[in-house]
Amino acid sequence: MKYLDEYRDGPIGRALAARIHRAATRRWTLMEVCGGQTHTIVRQGIDALLDGAVEMIHGPGCPVCVTPLEQIDKALALAARPEVIFTSFGDMLRVPGSDCDLLAVRARGGNVRIVYSPLDALELARRHPDREVVFFAVGFETTAPANAMAVWRARELGIPNFSILVSHVTVPPAMRAILADPANRVQGFLAAGHVCAVMGWTEYEPIAAAHRVPIVVTGFEPLDILEGIAMAVEQLESGRHEVENQYVRSVTREGTVPARTLVEQVFELADRRWRGIGTIPMSGLTLRPAFADYDAERRFDLGTIRVSEPAECRAGEVLTGQLKPRDCPAFGRACTPEHPLGAPMVSSEGACAAYFNYGRYRAAEPAEAG
Amino acid sequence: MTDANGLASGLACAIPHAPHDRVQLGHGSGGKLSAALVRDHFLPHFANPILDRLGDGATLALGTGDIALSTDTFVVHPLEFPGGNIGSLAVHGTVNDVAMAGATPLHLTAGFVLEEGLPFALLDRVVAAMGAAARAAGVTLVAGDTKVVERGKADGLFINTTGIGILHPGFRPAPDRAREGDVVLVSGPIARHGMAIMAVREGLAFEADITSDSAALPPLVARLREQVGPEVHVLRDPTRGGVASALNEIAAASAVGIELAEDAIPIPGAVAAACEMLGLDPLYVANEGTLLAIVPASRADDALAALRREPIGRDAAAIGRVVRDHPGMVLMRTRLGGRRVVDLLPGDQLPRIC
Repeated sequence: MKYLDEYRDGPIGRALAARIHRAATRRWTLMEVCGGQTHTIVRQGIDALLDGAVEMIHGPGCPVCVTPLEQIDKALALAARPEVIFTSFGDMLRVPGSDCDLLAVRARGGNVRIVYSPLDALELARRHPDREVVFFAVGFETTAPANAMAVWRARELGIPNFSILVSHVTVPPAMRAILADPANRVQGFLAAGHVCAVMGWTEYEPIAAAHRVPIVVTGFEPLDILEGIAMAVEQLESGRHEVENQYVRSVTREGTVPARTLVEQVFELADRRWRGIGTIPMSGLTLRPAFADYDAERRFDLGTIRVSEPAECRAGEVLTGQLKPRDCPAFGRACTPEHPLGAPMVSSEGACAAYFNYGRYRAAEPAEAG
Repeated sequence: MTDANGLASGLACAIPHAPHDRVQLGHGSGGKLSAALVRDHFLPHFANPILDRLGDGATLALGTGDIALSTDTFVVHPLEFPGGNIGSLAVHGTVNDVAMAGATPLHLTAGFVLEEGLPFALLDRVVAAMGAAARAAGVTLVAGDTKVVERGKADGLFINTTGIGILHPGFRPAPDRAREGDVVLVSGPIARHGMAIMAVREGLAFEADITSDSAALPPLVARLREQVGPEVHVLRDPTRGGVASALNEIAAASAVGIELAEDAIPIPGAVAAACEMLGLDPLYVANEGTLLAIVPASRADDALAALRREPIGRDAAAIGRVVRDHPGMVLMRTRLGGRRVVDLLPGDQLPRIC
């Protein structure tokens, strides 16, 4: 397929892997921030190709994984209301809340629909003026512009029965939190290309300078990731700590100004809880007062929601790179994709699910050899 | 027209007998309307000497050999899709299941659950496609049943079909017969049916239309039987759950490992693009006119040549091999040379967020 096959070419990929092995004089520890990159790395077996040269730690960049339990429970409560059509991206439907997931609410009669864009949810609201349409606005800076646009359009078109349940998070505060942790092992980052396509990379320059870590803005195809890793390793080997851009076909330093502007007009920064990690100051987005009418949490009285995470789930350590999924005692036993204890086992982008689905063989290999 | 006015005035018999454009509850009453339903909408498309007797059951002469039997129920939404409809699918699904046992399917039965209000124009298109698919597959429909349920109790129309076929001496492909050294073949490009359905259901427009692969597989099986014979170890049509799920089941049943080569798997460009866009893996998307065959490496070329003699098999390809390592597990060698597990999914694939 044009514009995809070129970035999945086997010989070029193997040449990039060889370049990384040649460059690395020791084993470096890098974190790919975004769950989409984790997916590619594990699915294509890239971490195995780089064994010995680079250890990849899977970062907190899976929106499904870091959406806090109380927001999931609010979604479940909203979806169960008879007047509500609850709309969401597909992979939020299986994320376990305190006692069930959105698929279970749908089976009990809740009107839960998968949409591919928040603008589709807005269109549903226009066609069903007698119902309240709520969109589950999760994600990083990547999904924020479309969600901002949906709210903006709702106000412009005077569609009163549309609202969003906001659980937006932003990448740079999470990177700072990881680097500030005394247990941190991360020596360099692959920044998420799609996030930077919106935001640019100016926010990352002070992080690279203050913590002396290389940050490479990286795409999502196998060759993107291998090239991004090569650039980060070459920086580490030469003692540099700069922000570099591997994803030149999509990202500029300034990002996409109209999208950024729209996000800034609709949303403002706020403290946000991250599932498994805790509250990170000013790490989330919330609707500005001018758009408060479109905030589902204000529109509906959801009462008090108290939550408690399963004690065996160590998602927080996984999401900050301190624990490999398969080193978690619950991994593959108490916690599987059929019965996930925590969100990283749910989404195909989640580090635990990626390991479970694609990495099981490698975990079994030494036993087979012996 | 006497029915509506007559009912309203209370002067006429309540049995409607004017021509209808939609199925009514009365069509399931067992009375004249039911007879008319069968006579006008089903028999013209299925006529054959066995069915035309309209007895309570069909009597069949199948010879003395072993038979294969399979049943399947079809609840597809939308009822019509590019490349077929629920009627053609109900024929293909069942004759293919019979064929995967190595049998030549001969006869079908069909049960229809019709929802009150179903337009006859739609029903006629479905039944006509069913008749055409049966003729193309070389099977006759020998018994049937119709029921009508109230509006809201069914999604337009459901169809159950049961197929019967005769087995051939010595030709017994089965999921537990894959052996180390065998080669895995696929008869054509994968993931077309599931993506065609999803494109219609979700109202997604792609640059190129995606057409279901829905087709009868018995001609492919006949070619394999004639050219390769008993050495065809396994036949499977990878329907729900796609190629990945079918191969996982085979690996488990045969206690062998299967290793796929990512770059050998035929995936049409439009299907690959749609899957990319939705974050779906084509290996798990349904097929309805594609088969997997597992044969010894020494017969792989013969088997490929046999498949390619049929139009639906012209893009047949060898996509992997059966290995002794990792029994019960399917692995894929990626284009980059990495390896990953191709596991069973816990449920339906869900489109990814970004």
